[in-house]
This record gives sequence, C-alpha cells and structure tokens, in this order.
Amino acid sequence: MAAEFQTPEFREYPAVPNALVKDASAHLSPFIAKPNHQEPLGFPGELVENWEEKAIEKMGDLLSKYRGLRVYLDSCVKCGSCTDKCHYFQGTNDPKNMPVARQDLLRSVYRRYFTFAGKYFPKLVGARDMTREVLDEWYSYFHQCSQCRRCSVFCPYGIDTAEISMAAREIMDSIGHGQKYCNEILGKVQTVGNNLGLPGPALRATMEEFAEEIQDDTGLPVQIPIDVKGAEILLITPSADFFAEPHIDGLMGYAKVFHEAGVSWTLSSHAAEAANFSMFIGSYSNMKKVAERIRDAALELGVKRIVVGECGHAWRVAYSFWNTLTGVGAGADPSDEYALKLQKQLDPTVPQPMHICEFTYDLIQKGKLRFDKSANDHRTVTFHDSCNVARASRMGDWAGGQFDIPREVIKACCNNYVDMDPDTIKEKTYCCGGGGGLLTDDLMEIRVKGALPRMEALKEVVDDQGVNTLAAICAICKAQFAKVLPYYNFPMHMLVSTHQLVGESLILTGSNQEKALQPQAEPEQEASAKE
Amino acid sequence: MSVLYALLFYVATVLLIAGLVYKIRQYWITPAPLKIPTTPAPTTRGGVVFRMAREVVLFESLFKSNKWIWLFGYMFHVGLALVLLRHFRYFVDTTSFIWSWVPLISPIGKYAAFAMVIGLLGLWGRRIVVERIRYISGPSDHLMLALLVGIGISGLMMTFVVHTDIVAVKVFFLGLMRFSIQELPTDPLLLLHLALVATLMIIFPLSKLLHAPGVFFSPSRNQVDNPREKRHIAAWAAKLDK
Repeated sequence: MAAEFQTPEFREYPAVPNALVKDASAHLSPFIAKPNHQEPLGFPGELVENWEEKAIEKMGDLLSKYRGLRVYLDSCVKCGSCTDKCHYFQGTNDPKNMPVARQDLLRSVYRRYFTFAGKYFPKLVGARDMTREVLDEWYSYFHQCSQCRRCSVFCPYGIDTAEISMAAREIMDSIGHGQKYCNEILGKVQTVGNNLGLPGPALRATMEEFAEEIQDDTGLPVQIPIDVKGAEILLITPSADFFAEPHIDGLMGYAKVFHEAGVSWTLSSHAAEAANFSMFIGSYSNMKKVAERIRDAALELGVKRIVVGECGHAWRVAYSFWNTLTGVGAGADPSDEYALKLQKQLDPTVPQPMHICEFTYDLIQKGKLRFDKSANDHRTVTFHDSCNVARASRMGDWAGGQFDIPREVIKACCNNYVDMDPDTIKEKTYCCGGGGGLLTDDLMEIRVKGALPRMEALKEVVDDQGVNTLAAICAICKAQFAKVLPYYNFPMHMLVSTHQLVGESLILTGSNQEKALQPQAEPEQEASAKE
Repeated sequence: MSVLYALLFYVATVLLIAGLVYKIRQYWITPAPLKIPTTPAPTTRGGVVFRMAREVVLFESLFKSNKWIWLFGYMFHVGLALVLLRHFRYFVDTTSFIWSWVPLISPIGKYAAFAMVIGLLGLWGRRIVVERIRYISGPSDHLMLALLVGIGISGLMMTFVVHTDIVAVKVFFLGLMRFSIQELPTDPLLLLHLALVATLMIIFPLSKLLHAPGVFFSPSRNQVDNPREKRHIAAWAAKLDK
C-alpha cells in the first residue's frame, strides 16, 4: 500500500497539543480477517446475522468476567486529564484518538444497554444504540490504540484504555469482525509454533548460520541450540529475533551471554515464539492456548529456568500473565496440581520467568561479564522504554527495576549514554507507534503519525546531545522504528537491539577479541581472565 | 412541605444506599482475572494501601498529568469534604464527646464552601474553554456541575446572605432519623438546597459519581505487583486449566 499521507511536522519542543481535527483518521482501519483467519481461533468466519444482539451479549459476558472493564466504564468523570496523552492523538489531532473519547465509543453503547441512565435518558448521557456506524467506528479507532497504557498512568482512577480496546476487539472477533493481521498470525503460532510460520528444520538451519557467524567473529564455538532435552534454560524469544534486523544481533548477544555464563540453554521449535498477539485481541482463551505451548515445551524439555528475550508485549504476557495462564512462576496453591506440575520442576531460587536483561544484569552484578566498552565508543546511546515493559511489567525485585536494569546493562557496555526528555521515558514513555497489533503495512499511516512524540524526543537528544544510537528492547519497537525512522529523516541504522550492544562489547573468554586486547591488559587482569 | 421533604429524603437515602450497595457488590464479586497494575506498582499489600491513599487523598496521578485540573479538582473535593463534615452538626448531638470535633471544624467548613464552588467553576470553565475537554463533555457532565454549583451557592447564600433557621433544620433532620416528621423551615433557598442535595443522592449510584467507590476497585491501582511470586487465578479462568 503506497503511503499517501504527510509525515507530521515536528512541533516546537516540548510539544503543545494542536487544535482538534475531526475525523482526521476516520479513514484508517486495518484489513478485516477472512474466515480462514477467524475460524481456527474459535471466532465466526464473517459478521454473523444478528451481530448487534450478539455484540451486546458478549459485552455482558465480558462485564461479568472483568472487574476492570466494569469499573472503568462506570468511573470516568470526563476530567480531561488523559486527553493530550495519547501518541496517536498527538500525531493525528483526531479527537476520537483522545483516550477518553476512544473509551466513549464503547462506553456509549455500555450505557445504552447496561445502565439506568442510558436506558431511559440516552441523549443526556451520550448513550448510543449498537449500529453499523458504531461498529465501523469501533473497528477503525480501536485499531488506532496500541494498548500502551500511557493514559492509565495519568488517569486519577487508573482507567486503562487498553482494557477497553481489548474488550472491543474481543467483541468484534466474537461477531465475526476481526482484524486480519493479528488473527492470521495467531493461526500460525498455534499451528506451527511461531508468528512467522517457520518450521523446525528451517529454524535449525538459521540458528546454525548464526552460530557460524559468531564463530567467524569470535573464534569460539558459541551454540544456538534447539530442542535440547535436559538443558537448564529454555529461551523464549520473539521469532523476529530469527530473521529481522536489528533483532538478530540481539539474539547473538543473548547467545554470547549464555556462552560466557557457561549455562546450558535451548530454544524450542514447538514454542519458538514469545509474542502472544492474543493479548491484543483481548482473548483470554487464545492467550492461554499460545502460552501453553511454552508450558508444554518446558515440561517436555525438563528445563529448570525460563528466560524471555527482548519483546515488550511478550514480556507483559510472560511476567504478568504466564503464571496465571500456565503456571510459569511460583506460589501456586497446594491444591493447584496443574500449576504445581510445572512449578515443582522450575528452580524456585530464581524468578520464573526471567527477562534476558535481568539475566545479563545479574551476571554483571556478580562480575562474571567483562566488556570492552570502547567497542561502543562510536555510539552515543539513548534507550526507548517499551510501553508494555514500562507500564505493565517489572524487572528485578524493586518497583521500577524495568527502567533501571536495561539502562544499567547498556551503561555497563557503553561509555556514552543519554536519556531522552523525562516526560517521554520510563512510566511516561511513548509507544513506538506500532504496538498493540498495529504493526502491519495496512496501518502505515497511523504508525508513522503515532511515532511523532517519540521522534520529537529523539530529535531533541540527537540535536543537542549528539545521540546517534537508539537502543530498543522490543521486537515490535524495533520493527516499527526500522520502518518509521526514515520518515522522520533519521538513519535506520541508528537503531540497535539492547543485547546487540552487549554482544558487540562482551569479551568472551578465549575469543579473538580477548586475544586482541591482551597486549594492553594488565598482568592481574590476564590472570583473572583465565580463572 | 415538611412531609414532602421528609419523603424525598427517605427515598433519596434508600436509593443512595441501595444503589451503592448494589454497585459495590457488583464490583466486589466481578473477578479480575489478570494482574494488570499500572507499573511501577507496589510489590506488597501495604504498598498498595499507600498508593491508594496517595491517589485518594492527594490525587497523585492527576497531579502528574495536569496541574490545572488537579488544582480545581482538589479545591472542589477538599472543600466538599470539609463542608460535609460541617454538616454533621445537623445530624448529631454536638455536646457529646465523640462529636465534639464538629463545632471545631465548622468555621473552616464555612469558608471551604468557597473553595468548593471556585473549584467547580474552574472545572466548568475548562470544560467550556479547553477544546479537548469541551469535545468530551456531554449534557450530563454540564448538568452535574450545575447541580453541584447550585448546591454550593444556595448553601453559601444561607450561610452569608439570607440566613435560615438552622436550629429548626436540625430538629427536622434529627426527627427524620427517629422517623418523626418535624417542621421544616420553608425558606426558598433552603428548599432549593435540599431538593438539589436529594437529587444528587438519587443520581449518585446511577452516574459517573461512581468514581468514588470505583477508584478503590480499579485493578490498575489496587493490585499488588507480584505475579511471578504468586499464582493469581479467577474461578472462571481456573476451569480452563482442566
């Protein structure tokens, strides 16, 4: 699809909200799922006959299952706090991209069918019937939300638009009006084991190639093993790490870290995917189904630990939901046989699952990794906090560890590090613009426009502090930035994986790099290196 | 008139309590199947209580977001709280020890009403002037502000301009609490004030005023961030494990 839109202009920094432009992005909606994308997930193939009725029925079902949805739909006072917080609103100026207005698309229907005021005084409280117009509006604007939760940080009641957009997508799926991108991918992961549909043998061949590449570079037989029974660690990483740039360099970074740590590890061809797009479509049952492939792989391979690669929403699912969905974690009830079956196998002395950044950080803390920071001296690095890592998960055992740990990892291997504007990082980070199931070419316009606030903050540190490297920690962020940076006149190669920075500076014991450094090394360091 | 108002207040009280009980029960029994605290979130229960307290007492998230909304919203809510405390004097025996704080707070409550009304007018002004907030405002949002401003101004008028017989008002309400209908003064301002208050009580559980109990049930604010340490599972979700 050719891009027939204007990349937004940078605003004066720090940015002030523009005037509203009604329906500025009303024309944007993703391709609709075909029956063969819908049916394998348990959804009707196309819009069912009495869909209005079915939609309301589904809404009632969700209201009885999700307290958050009920409370969020009731509690909004329209204070306006969230109105300027969404990156898609900032990039499009379309008022329906203000979080509260997006919620109201669904809230208006909720009020009509589920509240006294909406049943008897619809005009007064802005209640609407479920009509085709409403459905089309839902389809468009609930696919202009990346579920990044930035609005929920600023809401006095913590109303989370992500929950509402998930519910809306679940309702639309249930009446046969799903999104092609997410549902097609979910079909692949549920049948083949990864979003790409990459079968086991192809995966194995690719990993061998990467291993050779590392060997050529380091002179060491660093392995990227697959399906190794009895390995200590199962690595679950987004399949983008197997084929996309700069993701691959991140994967090679993990492999080097595992090698240097001297642990046995493996990928699984059955569960070669950390991503779980079921979260984007709000489908608990599908989310569980995809996560169960990981549980099955862990049981099958008999691993003691599960480590997760760089991916934002996947880390949310892993950190926040895996224990609930499949028992990957700890603290199951003694009567909970399902969860205990796995929990008894997993090492209780370390967090399950563990983020690769936590893994690397621990090794750094213990002094087990040595870096040649000068290898990254040509870089001045800034770090993009991924929304799902920042606002929907944690690393380490302290609140906010998800901000500190990746930064500490980067600082351990780079001399030049700079943060972007404090209003655009950590819990206030802006989405890359491609999260939440929007990373598809048919939504390119909203992706580019939604990236505006992040690009503006990046521009500021590029211009003022000489930043030339943007480190990301999420497969979606990386894929999105790779596409979007050029629209804003940044070079694509400024984007790196966080573990790429690690991999490029890590001194593996016995490697070519270590040998090259040795003439300058102090005698004691040499001795300790050989230990 | 006394009978009419007595009935009005009985009905309003029943609807307020029944409505709130119904909604709170509904929030209580609806499961939260997934851990969705907005992080960074406290890792202990005590931490969550502290977070919630900051949210309810200081409006922390709103403060982070927008200083004007925070200022006006805070003036209104704190003003309202003090005014409500002051109104205890119509319902309790202030000579008894446990209520002895009521007369002490009275002078503050008197002026807090100004903060309340100014806060409301500030919020209303933003609703009209700021384009984004104007866009999201519906008729009910304006009416709610009108109702609250009406209550505030009619109350202020009685305090500072046209006094009413507050001793008689107290007799009336103490009577209501013992199910005996006493004479209510018939000053138009008082009748207006009371009618608006009863209206507010009735619409409370039917409207966005549910944010008051709602905030305590918001999973993004009230959940402990410990999903790896403890398996969190709702009853309907546990069935899928089988």
